Amino acid sequence: MPDFRNLGAILRILIAVNGATLLAALAREPRLSMVGVEWAALTGVVEPHLFAELALLWLVQPWLARTKPQLSIAIVTLITCALAVAFNQLAPRFSGDVQGSLLRHIAFALVAQFLLIGYARLRSRALSPAITEARLQALQARIRPHFLFNSLTAVLSLVRSEPRRAEAALEDLADLFRVLMRDNRDLAPLADEVELCRQYLELEQLRLGDRLEIDWNVKSMPGDALVPPLVLQPLLENAVYHGIEPLTERGLLSINIFLSRDEVHAILKNPYVATGARHQVGNNMALDNIRERLALHFDAEASLESRITRDSWEVHIRMPYRTEKPASHGTRTTKPERHDNGNDRGTHMRRQSRSRALPAKTATRIEPWLNPPCAS
Amino acid sequence: MAESPLRILIVDDEAPARHRLRELLDDCAAVLPIAIVGEAQHGREALDILHTASADLVLTDIHMPGMDGIELARHLLKLSHPPVVIFTTAFHQHALAAFEVHAVDYLVKPVRVQRLLAALQKVPRLKPMTIEKLTQLPAAARRFLSVTERSRVVLVPVDEVIYLKAELKYITIRTAQREYLLEESLTRLEQEFGARFVRVHRNCLVARDFIRGFERRANDDGDAHWEVLLHGIDESLPVSRRQQYIVREIGREAMNGAAAA
Repeated sequence: MPDFRNLGAILRILIAVNGATLLAALAREPRLSMVGVEWAALTGVVEPHLFAELALLWLVQPWLARTKPQLSIAIVTLITCALAVAFNQLAPRFSGDVQGSLLRHIAFALVAQFLLIGYARLRSRALSPAITEARLQALQARIRPHFLFNSLTAVLSLVRSEPRRAEAALEDLADLFRVLMRDNRDLAPLADEVELCRQYLELEQLRLGDRLEIDWNVKSMPGDALVPPLVLQPLLENAVYHGIEPLTERGLLSINIFLSRDEVHAILKNPYVATGARHQVGNNMALDNIRERLALHFDAEASLESRITRDSWEVHIRMPYRTEKPASHGTRTTKPERHDNGNDRGTHMRRQSRSRALPAKTATRIEPWLNPPCAS
Repeated sequence: MAESPLRILIVDDEAPARHRLRELLDDCAAVLPIAIVGEAQHGREALDILHTASADLVLTDIHMPGMDGIELARHLLKLSHPPVVIFTTAFHQHALAAFEVHAVDYLVKPVRVQRLLAALQKVPRLKPMTIEKLTQLPAAARRFLSVTERSRVVLVPVDEVIYLKAELKYITIRTAQREYLLEESLTRLEQEFGARFVRVHRNCLVARDFIRGFERRANDDGDAHWEVLLHGIDESLPVSRRQQYIVREIGREAMNGAAAA
């Protein structure tokens, strides 16, 4: 439903209705010289109705905006019909013209009304991804401050005793924040996302030591599949925050990514501890965020389901296996960013090439973290 | 040295954080005599340590599994010489608003050595936190009730409590094994654990999970009243006339539960 108090919406309605009247005049009058007269005659019928309707809608707009879409359409239709009847009855009295067919008047008015509502709908649908995207970006940037400051504390604890590990951890942290802060609207290779997840979990292991046990099962993962960036990392962050941190003993986080019937599946599982409602809220926000982004990129071809069993929490993501970027996306949004920091492209490419042979290589990279930092 | 060292207990679930704090305390030791009495991973472990050692200061994280820092601080008040508590936390400003309001001492992580030193130097002038202050902080319901027995703090898991009954000055905590005496207000307990307990009488809260059923019993005067039957113990408790409606309420819940299962 358009905003009937918005000047742009009013203008669009006026132009559309007058344009349609002109077309009707052109169709009815074969002589070009007489079209103007015909148009004037038609507008004489159309315009009073149009202005009256716009005025009425302007009045009821605040109320329309609050009601359900179906109800507001019904109300607008009612107004249109009522005005059609009113002007059809009144017109002959003022202009002395013959009374036109009431049915015809109503039919034309309703066709115009529904076409305009349909157009307004299409338009809002075309605009909403931009709004959603803006909101998502804001959400994405909000990695838990809790994680950042605890990680920094963990890194500081290494500076004196194990400076090399501290260096590697800071590099991981830098990479993680590079991804979090860049423009994440384009699809990116799954291998990049998994690499990011590994770096993230290395930091978590630094903090939590052997309380966090990770079972990677990504051997048959299609690394070249294009996925929305940060589709897995927030889920892992949730898994650690809600599943591992509340445990005094160790907890297992399992990650299973595979290709099946041209679909990429990612299944994450972590222990579930029933605590307060506070946890649930943050969790649902991340799930909704990812679900919306999946819908934005893949529409109905992707899904995200989560379920709680007796003692575990499981998230299952299904995405189509795509390796080519859709042309419409991207060039517009990413160019300036790439231009600003040419460096980013460098690391991006390098990480991509490194992660091709992912399982073996990163496994050796993880090794130093397997031992918890000594506490003495 | 004339001055006795400041005895400190470090509580944090993350080993690197404890390690870092120890390093920083070592730095402070150059200026101020310090003795680290131990490190604990969570609140319960901290209380265990304090049964044998005593501390002047507990530096504790807030967000910890098992027992969080705020609950620990509440139980510490039951010690004969409660230590000063300073929280260390990675929480952001917004979450710490309540701490600011109630002037609760805290250090943000990563902790700076200057801040830590300033806090340590303040300790001798600080008093242990009051229960009023602690209950004002945004915390989850406690997991344990704590009672003092022969100068030891005994923790009673809230999950094991069958009923809480107010008698004169004290509240009797009944578990399947035994009874404990608690010095708290029943109304406060009802507010804190309202979801878990139901009031059956002006002086009694019963854990919903332990309710086995209700029984109608005749009074001496010919009237009748309801009694709550309990799992785990042979006792039953009277339901007051005012609270009679809970018999039907819980009966309905049980039936709905059975229907759902």
